[in-house]
Amino acid sequence: MIRIVLPLHLRTLARVGGEVKLHLEGPATQRSVLDALEARYPMLRGTIRDQDTHKRRPFLRFFACEEDLSHDPPEAPLPAAVISGAEPFFVVGAIAGG
Amino acid sequence: MSGVRILVGTRKGAFLLTADGRREKWEVSGPHFGGWEIYHMKASPVDPNRIYASQSSGWFGQVIQRSNDGGKTWEPVGNKFAYDGVPGTHQWYDGTPHPWEFKRVWHLEPSLTDADTVYAGVEDAALFHSRDGGQSWQELAGLRGHGSGSRWQPGAGGLGLHTILLDASDPRRIFIAISAAGAFRTNDGGQTWQPINRGLRSQYIPDPTAEVGHCVHRIAMHRSRPDVLFMQKHWDVMRTDDAGESWHEVSGNLPTDFGFVIDVHAHEPDTIYVVPIKSDSEHYPPEGKLRVYRSRTGGHDWEPLTKGLPQQDCYINVLRDAMAVDALDECGVYFGTTGGQVYASADAGNSWAPIVRDLPAVLSVEVQTLS
Repeated sequence: MIRIVLPLHLRTLARVGGEVKLHLEGPATQRSVLDALEARYPMLRGTIRDQDTHKRRPFLRFFACEEDLSHDPPEAPLPAAVISGAEPFFVVGAIAGG
Repeated sequence: MSGVRILVGTRKGAFLLTADGRREKWEVSGPHFGGWEIYHMKASPVDPNRIYASQSSGWFGQVIQRSNDGGKTWEPVGNKFAYDGVPGTHQWYDGTPHPWEFKRVWHLEPSLTDADTVYAGVEDAALFHSRDGGQSWQELAGLRGHGSGSRWQPGAGGLGLHTILLDASDPRRIFIAISAAGAFRTNDGGQTWQPINRGLRSQYIPDPTAEVGHCVHRIAMHRSRPDVLFMQKHWDVMRTDDAGESWHEVSGNLPTDFGFVIDVHAHEPDTIYVVPIKSDSEHYPPEGKLRVYRSRTGGHDWEPLTKGLPQQDCYINVLRDAMAVDALDECGVYFGTTGGQVYASADAGNSWAPIVRDLPAVLSVEVQTLS
């Protein structure tokens, strides 16, 4: 089971209250996690990554296990603690303001 | 009993303001989509419960929301706006070629005859339409492809297609406007387009009378007279009587002819409204006085409308999509400001009162007249 923490606005858009929990078939990678997330919540398509190129939107980052995974290859396996569900996979919006 | 519903898009969400036909007591609903920019909302004239909203964010991109119950509940629909074919380039601010990139939907224009058909004007400038209630979008690529697209250049706010006027007498004819490319018309439902900018003079571009490149801020039409269009250009208020074949200036005695909004009275095709703004460097009213100007003669002769509007220390702006009129017997006029006020006049502009004073900056105002 993969646990995903979304920023407030995406939780609101997807109408989820807290963490999203997904069961994946096959390897857990950024791509497979986001594919599964968007399949469950189609309204999130285009809000985290481009719908065609799957390029991450510039003001979003992916964190897990106190590491910035944003620049990891989309096909790279996620950390074991994320795959086991011990740690969540964070989608984080850039902080803005003064 | 009749009533009105005002759809207000702001920098931080959407608000719905409703009143009965007297337009004295208002109910405020919102924020809907709090924290998101709502560039525009508009309801279907066929089904007043069907409302489309453009919701966007620098973080999360574009979302299109649709309501089927007059704004009580909403559902996200399709948000994939893919340019047709290889998008090519337009000009960047420095004159270099810049790839066409979708940024957001500026304006949504529901069809006059089908609640599931809606047009979307987007940045970077293009026109899309949906025939399935917003679930999927296709570009009407003849607009960008007509020949001048590579010469279009963004205005300060971006290369946005912000005005879509549908001709009630001819469903194949559509007018659109782009900052800063100009106005365009199709006579065949969007397959082919032509620039309609003859008569415009823009001193800030290399050729002031160029075919394209004019910073048109807004165009308005009375549905009974679709050959007559009124334009608030960057500078100059303009009019055409031949569907855009030629324009002439009608700024007349306005204190400044810079501004963003322009609209037409619901029942008097020659009564038009603008909000003069001091200059393109100073986006606030002249002398700190918020004045709507009305012409009852289709331009040239203008009168200031000030009753109920602040006449000192007012330094807000009124953006291009932030004025609308209702269709009640005595035409109501509404506009929103970057200071978060929405002003209403239930007597065609003679007097004004704020409905709300402290919303986020208002991006757009549309009105539904409900029976």
